[in-house]
Amino acid sequence: MLPFVLGMAFVLTYCVVGLLRVIAQLPKDDRKQFWRSLVTPKTAWANIRDLFGDCLFHVKIWKRNPVLGYMHSAIAFGWFMIIVIGHIMLFTLKPLQNVEVQGFEGMFTNFYYPIFYKFFATETPVFAFLMDFFLLMIISGILIAVVKKIYSKIVGVKRVTKFGLADNMIRFALWTIFPLRLLAEKTNIMGFWWAYSIDLCIFMCMLPFTRYMHIPTEALFILLRHAGLNAREPRKGYALAQIYSCPSCGLCIDACPMSVNDKNSGNTSAYFMKKLRNADDAEAKRIAETCLMCGKCVMVCPVSIESCDIKFSQRAAVPYNINSDHSYLDVISTETQRSGEILSNNNKVLYFAGCMTQLTPKIMRSMKQIMESAGENYDFMDKDGGICCGRPMLLSGKTAEAQAMIAKNTELIKKSGAKKLVLSCPICYKVFKDEYHLEGIEIQHHTQYIDELIKKGKLKVNKGEVNYVYHDPCELGRAFGVYDEPREVIENVGNLKKAKSEKELSICCGGSLGSFNLTQQERDEITENSVNDLMFNNPEQIVTACPLCLKTFVRKSPVAVKDIAEVVVENI
Amino acid sequence: MDFGFCLSPSSHVKMDTVDLTTFNRLKETNPDINTCIACGSCTATCTAGNFTEMSFRRILLMLQRGKEDEAKKMIQRCMLCGKCTLVCPRGINIRKILLDITR
Repeated sequence: MLPFVLGMAFVLTYCVVGLLRVIAQLPKDDRKQFWRSLVTPKTAWANIRDLFGDCLFHVKIWKRNPVLGYMHSAIAFGWFMIIVIGHIMLFTLKPLQNVEVQGFEGMFTNFYYPIFYKFFATETPVFAFLMDFFLLMIISGILIAVVKKIYSKIVGVKRVTKFGLADNMIRFALWTIFPLRLLAEKTNIMGFWWAYSIDLCIFMCMLPFTRYMHIPTEALFILLRHAGLNAREPRKGYALAQIYSCPSCGLCIDACPMSVNDKNSGNTSAYFMKKLRNADDAEAKRIAETCLMCGKCVMVCPVSIESCDIKFSQRAAVPYNINSDHSYLDVISTETQRSGEILSNNNKVLYFAGCMTQLTPKIMRSMKQIMESAGENYDFMDKDGGICCGRPMLLSGKTAEAQAMIAKNTELIKKSGAKKLVLSCPICYKVFKDEYHLEGIEIQHHTQYIDELIKKGKLKVNKGEVNYVYHDPCELGRAFGVYDEPREVIENVGNLKKAKSEKELSICCGGSLGSFNLTQQERDEITENSVNDLMFNNPEQIVTACPLCLKTFVRKSPVAVKDIAEVVVENI
Repeated sequence: MDFGFCLSPSSHVKMDTVDLTTFNRLKETNPDINTCIACGSCTATCTAGNFTEMSFRRILLMLQRGKEDEAKKMIQRCMLCGKCTLVCPRGINIRKILLDITR
């Protein structure tokens, strides 16, 4: 029994040290927030719910893929149950089996008796049945895992993570633990008991250095996540907990839009987390800057690892060394005169087109027409060309420079006295929602705005006969969950067909400003894949709500691509 | 004595003596710059160009003539909004090149 005790002692020590390290690395106010979250009833409840739901029952994997859900639950939950039942047996059947447990020695025996129960005693029939049941459940899970390893497509997984030697070894150790236990229990040969114990020791000694470290770390990560922390440094504190919580399961590889090209599937989040873990800074930086930041990996992640936030902090940790000089921003208010026309009516709507919409003037024209036919009192903030919203600068990791633009835009908007700000570009929408402090001003994307106008009866539209498909822009859909408003608008003006992957699973158009490294050819491959997905039900037109998606799709689409505002104008 | 006119210093660039290391390094890491046709679409759409003399086309020209400092100074104006990359008819990843110049 010695190998098992050694392994267990090692892994427990490692976890305690790791836990203290993560907590010590948290910035002071984050740490305070963390302690506070543990005693706040709301987050405490969420903690308990997710600790059971995610760590034990793996609800998120079940939702995504029931076969994988069963595979994982069978092994993890089955193992957990065997340990629990082992302990129950130890304490309830102790007098029957004449097992002496007392004093200091008792602490150790309590520790390993349940794991090797059959070696010391025999259980009652009910317990024997339960133990055998869960053991078989685990072995069925392992069988699926073996099949998945040989031919992953059978369980609906196209691409799997490529592992190194250590990860492969520990996986083999995990697979053999339970068959060995079964053999040992049924034959009671000493050799099998030793093999079982040594196997457990190998598994536990390797655990901290492999992906299975996610088993203990995930619990800590759930607590930190519910505390509402943000990863500020790519390899410290909260981010460190996330790095160790990544099970390298590879569900993000199939989800990532870049994976259409096998060469680029190495740039997915699973590998990014691995590079961070191995302290391969150069590669981590390269992957962080290649990522489109569409957020789909975060959406499908069974552990909810916020890899985009970590990529963000990785970019900020090694920023480009342009000494940006945006002093010219100061003169803009007098130069453009837009803010000079202070609006007299406070109900006025302020329309900010943004850089990308400036490149697609038909969206601006459509929006003007919509606002005019709805009789809205509006002002056009960047009619003569405004300044950037700051999101691209943020994406490059240069926060201070982005803040200068944000401050300038905030000043211009506040001066206008408007009560509502309408944006045409989801990229702007994201940064306005997240980074701007515009108290008292309602920020809407034009899909929400048009939907509101139609619902209030201000805008009358006719229902046409065209079949549309709607593409969810990443920064509108996944980032803010704006899925229903655009669909309702489209259903008012025509027929809405479904795409193959919709809403939170929609595929990035490939044009994203998030990526700095992707070449035009690589982007084109992503676009083609995304267009094929949209064309699943043979729509006559593709509708999107992002000028950048529009411009990107036009290059590759076999049918007309339009912005939602254009489609509405056609049906006024 | 003021004649009302004067001789300006020559703006002639001696191509034999200019230092092209930055441009050559750039060509290696971003071979797509070789396909630039100097159409000026990037400059025409530039958000910063609306307020300053920022122009990617000129930046590339400056680098080809070894005027690295001037180019770097101009880059400081960039807001990284990516419009130039989007409109480029040759699909050149301009934003990446701008960032690589100062790397």
